[in-house]
Amino acid sequence: MKRVAAILLLTAACAAGAQPPPERADATAPDPFPSTYRRAPGAPMAITGAHILTGTGAELVNGTILVRDGLVEAVGEDLAVPEGYEVVDASGRWLTPGLIDAHSHLGVSSSPTTPLSADHNEGTSPNTAEVWAEHAVWPQDPQFRLARAGGVTTLMILPGSGNLIGGRSVTLRNVPSPTVQGMKFPGAPYGVKMACGENPKRSYGARGRSPATRMGNVALFRRAWIEAADYARRLDRAGSGGEPPRRDLQLETLAGVLDGEILVQNHCYRADEMAIMIDMGREFGFRIRAFHHATEAYKIAPMLAREDICVATWASSWGSKMEALDSVEENAPMIEAAGGCAIIHSDDATLGQRLNQEAGIALAAGRRAGIDVTDGEAIRWITANPARALGIDDRVGTLEPGRMADLVLWSANPFSVYALAERVWIDGAPVWDRSDPRYQAPSDFLLGQPGQASPR
Amino acid sequence: MIGRFLAALLALAAAPAAAETLAIVNGRIATVGPAGTIDRGTILIRDGRIVAVGADLSVPPGTRTIDAQGRIVTPGFIASGTGLGLIEVRSVEAADDRGASFPGISAAFDAGYGLNPDSLLVPVARLGGITRAIATPVYGDAPGRELLFAGQAAAVALGGGPMLVRRGVAMVLEMGDAGAERAGGARAAELVALRTVFADVRDFARRRAAYDRGETRDYGLSRADLEALVPVVEGRMPLLVSVNRASDIRDVLALAREEGLRVILEGGAEAWRVAADIAAAEVPVLLTPVDNLPASFESLGATLETPRRLAEAGVLVAFQGNGNHRERELRYNAGNAVAAGMTWEQSLAAITLNPARIFGLADTVGSLEPGKDADLVIWDGDPLDTLGRPTAIFIRGEAQPMSSRQTELRDRYLPAVRASLSQGAER
Repeated sequence: MKRVAAILLLTAACAAGAQPPPERADATAPDPFPSTYRRAPGAPMAITGAHILTGTGAELVNGTILVRDGLVEAVGEDLAVPEGYEVVDASGRWLTPGLIDAHSHLGVSSSPTTPLSADHNEGTSPNTAEVWAEHAVWPQDPQFRLARAGGVTTLMILPGSGNLIGGRSVTLRNVPSPTVQGMKFPGAPYGVKMACGENPKRSYGARGRSPATRMGNVALFRRAWIEAADYARRLDRAGSGGEPPRRDLQLETLAGVLDGEILVQNHCYRADEMAIMIDMGREFGFRIRAFHHATEAYKIAPMLAREDICVATWASSWGSKMEALDSVEENAPMIEAAGGCAIIHSDDATLGQRLNQEAGIALAAGRRAGIDVTDGEAIRWITANPARALGIDDRVGTLEPGRMADLVLWSANPFSVYALAERVWIDGAPVWDRSDPRYQAPSDFLLGQPGQASPR
Repeated sequence: MIGRFLAALLALAAAPAAAETLAIVNGRIATVGPAGTIDRGTILIRDGRIVAVGADLSVPPGTRTIDAQGRIVTPGFIASGTGLGLIEVRSVEAADDRGASFPGISAAFDAGYGLNPDSLLVPVARLGGITRAIATPVYGDAPGRELLFAGQAAAVALGGGPMLVRRGVAMVLEMGDAGAERAGGARAAELVALRTVFADVRDFARRRAAYDRGETRDYGLSRADLEALVPVVEGRMPLLVSVNRASDIRDVLALAREEGLRVILEGGAEAWRVAADIAAAEVPVLLTPVDNLPASFESLGATLETPRRLAEAGVLVAFQGNGNHRERELRYNAGNAVAAGMTWEQSLAAITLNPARIFGLADTVGSLEPGKDADLVIWDGDPLDTLGRPTAIFIRGEAQPMSSRQTELRDRYLPAVRASLSQGAER
């Protein structure tokens, strides 16, 4: 059974292969803001002699990777470089998949911060499932380049957490482009941002509105899902010949969640609230793809592993709120140790430039606590695992043949504070090079501004 | 001075273990002092103070000895511009004592009062190698934001006992965008308001008796605020000025010159653009090395290169952590400055000796030298890198617990995590 919301996600279906267009319940455009991103053409390339963390868990001490047509062609320790390949000598350096930031507000919460550029919270109603982050992304946000210099090749841009249901996320390629469509990751599924706890209840309770408590949070969530289920039923009936309901953007997004086409990205700090959200998902028939921030995930690590829910978290941030008080540096390694899907995310434009270091802090803390995690496993926290949370793990996140060639060449072990992303490729095309100004261009906004003659 | 003496007495009373002799041997000692780095050396500690540091020290018989096993030993780090001791949870008003909106208490606000050594943040920061801090007030953001000064910072120790080491190590003032906003919306208003205030304070200092008889003009500030600013206009207490734009920094330097003020610059996003002026004025800069966002129109020139460029220009630079709960990231910030071109030694000094010098504490902390307090940390790797962690921490010679509420939480839940994996493997 296909519904409108599913049709809106047609790009995801397209990526899976040439299928006949699904039946439509109404005249909705299937993909109203389609990606116009095209990979830059490039010659076949071989990076040789690198210490490679492939993102599959494997570690090659003296590895070579072959890239052709924007895809990984081969990875191995004894690969011959075919004729006609541009060779990058990476001896003494480390190579990883491009980093994926599973929680970013770049473009919707831009620099410089002004009231006019704060576009991440549509804080006018606790449920704004109808808003889409991509409609607010400012591609000239100078922070995109800074993230690129930190090795970030893909980001999920989320609405803020002031609302229970903040709206749709968008997944972007971190490439310069004058339009957001030029950055949209082709075929990436949408996410919906949901938020537990203090933020929604504080935002609305302070105005004398519901939700003012965590009880109110859950009550309003459930009301929204009841309406969404009803809308989905009416769409189903329309699919079998009935009258389609009047199009409702808010319910369309939620019905897409019930269809499993839109992935739930749930800001939720406390263990008890995560457990409530899991049950609520069960009540209405949807799954939570990832808990974000998830300070207390370590308390229910076995449950989260069992439920197959990723945990996107930090090592160092804590304490700004009551719900963030029980943080431990070992959150990610404890999720890993329980067999779960651990992710280090940023939620911050400064931290987002050094996801690798944040993973390093978690890794070192974990090892100190006796949790044996290898470098090869830990790199998954910022590559393969966020790809999984974003629903793009069949295309990026690992260096396996056929994957998109998003690569970062590091000057040192990437978990070290001294490691610099020397070169970054997206789909095999260079997007950052510390020694080549052609790949360091600042965004339009910074042209003619003070201090731009220097590297940043 | 008396406060400092009392604090020292209190610290001794709270730390009976300090009254002994202790030797740390086999350390790779980064003294940050004239002795430089000693490849394999000994630190001799008596009554909480360093007695000797060197490669060929003989350890008196009966001395308790700790073998550093070749590991790096550094001075304890100093977190500048922090709320440590003043804040527990930012979103809980009652648990945040960094500022007040009380009208007559602006410059008079004293962060040396109300310090809480039992704060959960203290052990967390300490496990990041931080042994001292400059507890720094922030403005109480009441509607109107009419407070001109945030108040006075205090030097504190993180050894678990009473925190206060020294009051009034700096007077905190925001200029640039935020200062302009407080002065009604423009920089020009704030610069005029400040000059007016300093003139009032000088007048007050000369005519206290007349003031108390009600025979002076109205000064605008409360008596407490006027009194608090006297050491500032007399150049005895530095003015810690948050400022970022190059032109604003020039304005601050001019103000300091004309008014005879001692100034510390904080923030300094574009300080590198006026580095020569700052160096010539012998003004130090406190900055956060990872702050490179063009986050406002006053910091469009922000860059990771700032620390290196300032150091090359001869400016005394100290680093800040990432604020309050995140002070433990101070050492990674220093590491990032190394990645951006500072030397390792310069970066280590920027979180030890340099902040001690800037806040007038270098007689007691900041380096491993005879006569200084024995604040030191032993590391299992590079202290500025993510992969290194402390293995032992001493404050005034006293070993600190290597745990925090966070490690207790970890240890409570770790067994269940391990058990779940082995069960999973059996299935």
